[in-house]
Amino acid sequence: MSEENKREDENTIENKSPEAPAPAEAAAAEAADQQEADAAKEQANEEKQQEQAAAEPVADSAQTEAEDVAAKPEAQPAEAPAAAAPPTVEDAAPAPAPERRKETDEEKAARRKATLEAREAAKVAAALAAAEAAKGGASAGAASAQPVAGDTQATPAAPASAASAAGEGDAFAPAPERRKETDEEKAARRKAALEAREAAKAAAAQAAAQGGAPATAAGGDGSAGGDAPPPKPPSPSQPRLDRVAAMLRELVAEDAVEEAYINEANDHLPTLVIKNDRWEQAARLFCDHAELGCKYLRNVSGVDYETHMEVVYYPWNMNAREGYCVKVRTDRDNPSVASATPIWETANWNEREIYDLLGVDFPGHPDLRRIMMPDDWVGHPLRKDYVPLDPEV
Amino acid sequence: MELDLANVSPEDRKEVERNVFFGTIEQLKGWARSNSLWPLTFGLACCAIEMMAAGGAHYDLDRFGVMFRTSPRQADVMIVSGTVTKKMAPLLKRLYDQMPEPKWVIAMGSCATAGGPYVKSYSVVKGVDQIVPVDVYIPGCPPNPAALIYGINKLQAKIRYEAKTGKQVTSR
Repeated sequence: MSEENKREDENTIENKSPEAPAPAEAAAAEAADQQEADAAKEQANEEKQQEQAAAEPVADSAQTEAEDVAAKPEAQPAEAPAAAAPPTVEDAAPAPAPERRKETDEEKAARRKATLEAREAAKVAAALAAAEAAKGGASAGAASAQPVAGDTQATPAAPASAASAAGEGDAFAPAPERRKETDEEKAARRKAALEAREAAKAAAAQAAAQGGAPATAAGGDGSAGGDAPPPKPPSPSQPRLDRVAAMLRELVAEDAVEEAYINEANDHLPTLVIKNDRWEQAARLFCDHAELGCKYLRNVSGVDYETHMEVVYYPWNMNAREGYCVKVRTDRDNPSVASATPIWETANWNEREIYDLLGVDFPGHPDLRRIMMPDDWVGHPLRKDYVPLDPEV
Repeated sequence: MELDLANVSPEDRKEVERNVFFGTIEQLKGWARSNSLWPLTFGLACCAIEMMAAGGAHYDLDRFGVMFRTSPRQADVMIVSGTVTKKMAPLLKRLYDQMPEPKWVIAMGSCATAGGPYVKSYSVVKGVDQIVPVDVYIPGCPPNPAALIYGINKLQAKIRYEAKTGKQVTSR
């Protein structure tokens, strides 16, 4: 469910991305006229890291933001959507070289007016962000997301022309999401044969994201629009997410939770990725624990990510009227996830369906056989590598 | 009572010519069959909704002698209204085989005609004519009741034409 939503988001975002650079380029050209050429070159030669650093200088708040980042490492993974792997960001960065250059021009405009000390502060912030990124895959998205917020705040401070700022506002309001999506999708499909396409897409998306940043002098991390909404308040579901993650770590196993984040698009649904071999215990906890009290299972679905399979459970607490999303990843060649049918009877047919269409094995299931396809069907049709026996009829 | 044809008055002769007409027994059968097409209810998807609407009071298929039956043994025509999946195909074939002769098939909508929007699906039969012989194809996704009625009229015309000329136009 949520996956599909995301996919759709990705698509729409991809579609939009070509439009985005247009205003950005216009703005860039404008800026370039104003700037000395040599200065531009100098900028272009700067390393990406420095650009990132430069991205923040405008923002007094960037620093504060970074401090927040450092202060609340717990909260960060939650902000980050599914596994934004830091290396992918690095990889993608070199591709959109021209855009970056334009952007550096922009950046320069803002930067020039920024004070030296502000730059220093920003560098510190960037370093912090980088450290966060290095720390864990999940936190990378957050690390970059936080500075984004900082940029947004910075915008008014930046002496950008009103026109360009307005332009951005239109084009780049959805920018933060776009960026996250790219990272996520890259991480997921990296191993797939679609590498070239992905790279191009990522380049486009990032170019767009960066293009949006010029006036705010946002660097590689920049993705917030000029007049874009102020920094996001923490999700209302954040306490629940933190609580359930802590409980799982305490009562199931220290390593039970692989990831925990808020799916904002899905009404701030707390989403957890549970380690495969801890899933059975975790499911028991969800169902039986007095505080979680998820006696009801709303839905089960399966996803083929080509790099791995994923089974998604949606337990629901009827009394509190709140639910969770729990994802369990499994190997693609020999997919297996412990059945939740002994815990929630609802899972019975859902797991049969996932077995039927994706070929995921559910040890512990009382009656695991095909439910939709004919009994003598060969293969699991919703797997990405499925080849029908009979192309016609 | 004896009928003396020689002494029939011109008035009586006129009256007889006005009221008696001649034809073949085949034509009589065609007339009867075409006006009592009893379809086997075979709703498989959204087309079935249109088929039900056609059977309802507003379009009223009953006025054409079309009355839905729930048993293949009582049916003359199978209106395949909807998507035929590969899992359903053997059952459809069996129901067709259970219908008594003479029998006809109407493929209603693009799914039954050629797979429709699911033509690239792994699980859908690309046209019911791959399993059973089809007499009338009704385009549309779904066809509205008027289109279904038009298709039924076409089948009636085919049956009558066959009876009248002896040329086979249905795909029995």
